[in-house]
Amino acid sequence: METLFDISGLEIDISMKTGVLHAVRGVSFSIGKAQTLCLVGESGSGKSLTALSILGLLPQGATRRVERMTFRGEDMAGLSERGMQDLRGRSISVIFQDPMMAFNPTMTIGRQLEEVYLRHIARDRKAATAKALDLLERVGVTQPATRMRQYPHQLSGGLRQRAMIAMALMCEPDLLIADEPTTALDVTMQAQVLTLLRSIQVSVGISILFITHDLGVVAAIADTVAVMKAGQIIEVGDVRQVLRSPREAYTKALIDAVPKVTPLLARKAAALAVGEHVHG
Amino acid sequence: MGEMKREIAMEAAVVTRVFPVKGPDKVFTAVDAVNLRLYSNETLALVGESGSGKTTLSRIMLGLLPPTTGDVQIFGRDISTYGRLERARMVQPVFQDPYASLNPRKRIADIIAMPLLAAGPVPKDDVRDKVLDLLQKVDLPAAFAERFPHELSGGQRQRVAIARALINRPRILVCDEPTSALDVSVQAQILQLLKDLKAQLGLSYLIVTHNIGVVTELADRVAVMYRGGIVEEGRVDDVLSDPRADYTRQLLSAVLPVDPDLARLPTVPLMPLPSTQTF
Repeated sequence: METLFDISGLEIDISMKTGVLHAVRGVSFSIGKAQTLCLVGESGSGKSLTALSILGLLPQGATRRVERMTFRGEDMAGLSERGMQDLRGRSISVIFQDPMMAFNPTMTIGRQLEEVYLRHIARDRKAATAKALDLLERVGVTQPATRMRQYPHQLSGGLRQRAMIAMALMCEPDLLIADEPTTALDVTMQAQVLTLLRSIQVSVGISILFITHDLGVVAAIADTVAVMKAGQIIEVGDVRQVLRSPREAYTKALIDAVPKVTPLLARKAAALAVGEHVHG
Repeated sequence: MGEMKREIAMEAAVVTRVFPVKGPDKVFTAVDAVNLRLYSNETLALVGESGSGKTTLSRIMLGLLPPTTGDVQIFGRDISTYGRLERARMVQPVFQDPYASLNPRKRIADIIAMPLLAAGPVPKDDVRDKVLDLLQKVDLPAAFAERFPHELSGGQRQRVAIARALINRPRILVCDEPTSALDVSVQAQILQLLKDLKAQLGLSYLIVTHNIGVVTELADRVAVMYRGGIVEEGRVDDVLSDPRADYTRQLLSAVLPVDPDLARLPTVPLMPLPSTQTF
């Protein structure tokens, strides 16, 4: 399998009044082309910091050290801020839990989608508009021409999430970083958004770094799982291996902590999800 | 199995709530002619997606919001005939986010004692005893009484919120997404605590949630809400194993079990999906 992104020996320190917090310690992983790596862990395990550090978007007071970081085979660790700006939104894009954070509340959805294209691809407003309309339609935003003229607050939560995904895809990136993108959504909307992300992956071959604490989401979307605890990756492996026969007690405890949906329900649910007829 | 005559803790009869909105319709019907019964000593889960009206209905059941039409009774008496404090001694809320629901400037002991003192003067020693007793009931060390909320983890804060809800010895708790803001390992502990307290104190629970895992773990019966109405109601096992309403089926199909073979979602061609579905 061809590797798209590879990082090793990531360390993140946060300076605090009381001293230095080693928030991330020696994290290494790689993501294959058109693969999904799920980074799972509880709050404070360092999973979001890891993702932000790849983008060079760490909060103030946090510093990153990394032994090696490559993207498409080229070094990324030594890139200048200018070099990072050329990558962000172009080759690596990101979607967040709260789409209100990703959008500027004072600009229309259309403007914001077009801006990404204008900055990275070409200063061609017509082409940018066409691309934005096409993407909004493909991610299932109804009445895309109307939505383009609306402001973020005028869209429902589900539509905003889709518009943010469309914005992340404007430059056909190779890597999508998704930080808890469905956590704020209810289960039916979550299933729709995950289905959408998988569909995008299948049709355009994008790689996804997916951050979540929900093991059901992991089961639905991951190829590979890395479990984070207290700043370190304690277990990594194929999704079936990790969820079926976890090596670490912590991973097992995480799995056991999820309330069990009865096997009967699970079977029916799976059958319903693929549209089979279910007999009572 | 024959239906025994059971005491009804809380009952909504043809409850409707409308809100004024901008636009051609002028009003939005959040809760539409709902009948709902919570029996004594029972856990009833109210499930549905955001905007289905489940939180509005729970606020009506708490007496925090009057229904536009219809009646709510608590132990056979109309909710509007209860005084504020009297009602507070019958039914108490537990909210989703223990970071928002606890006053950051008060000590834990004062937070837990607040509903007790709001009900009238109580000797200091009694307050102290009750607070310590409740800390013990929710499995927190007595030393936490002197701490502030920011010193506690999310799960510990939710325990404080539960202790506060219990200090006036209510008979019903209305919990709105009591575990949604917590990590999974902590969720499991809070669910266990709620189960233990129910058995110990003979409580009845109305649990508002969109998490089917919480329903299977905690509830005896479940009512499924969709667009302001209850589309299905019954024993948890029955509803989950043999859902009748189309919306319940859709909701259950969206639940992701922790199993890669069962949770895999289908991929679809990149085409517009309907943003809302109507049944």
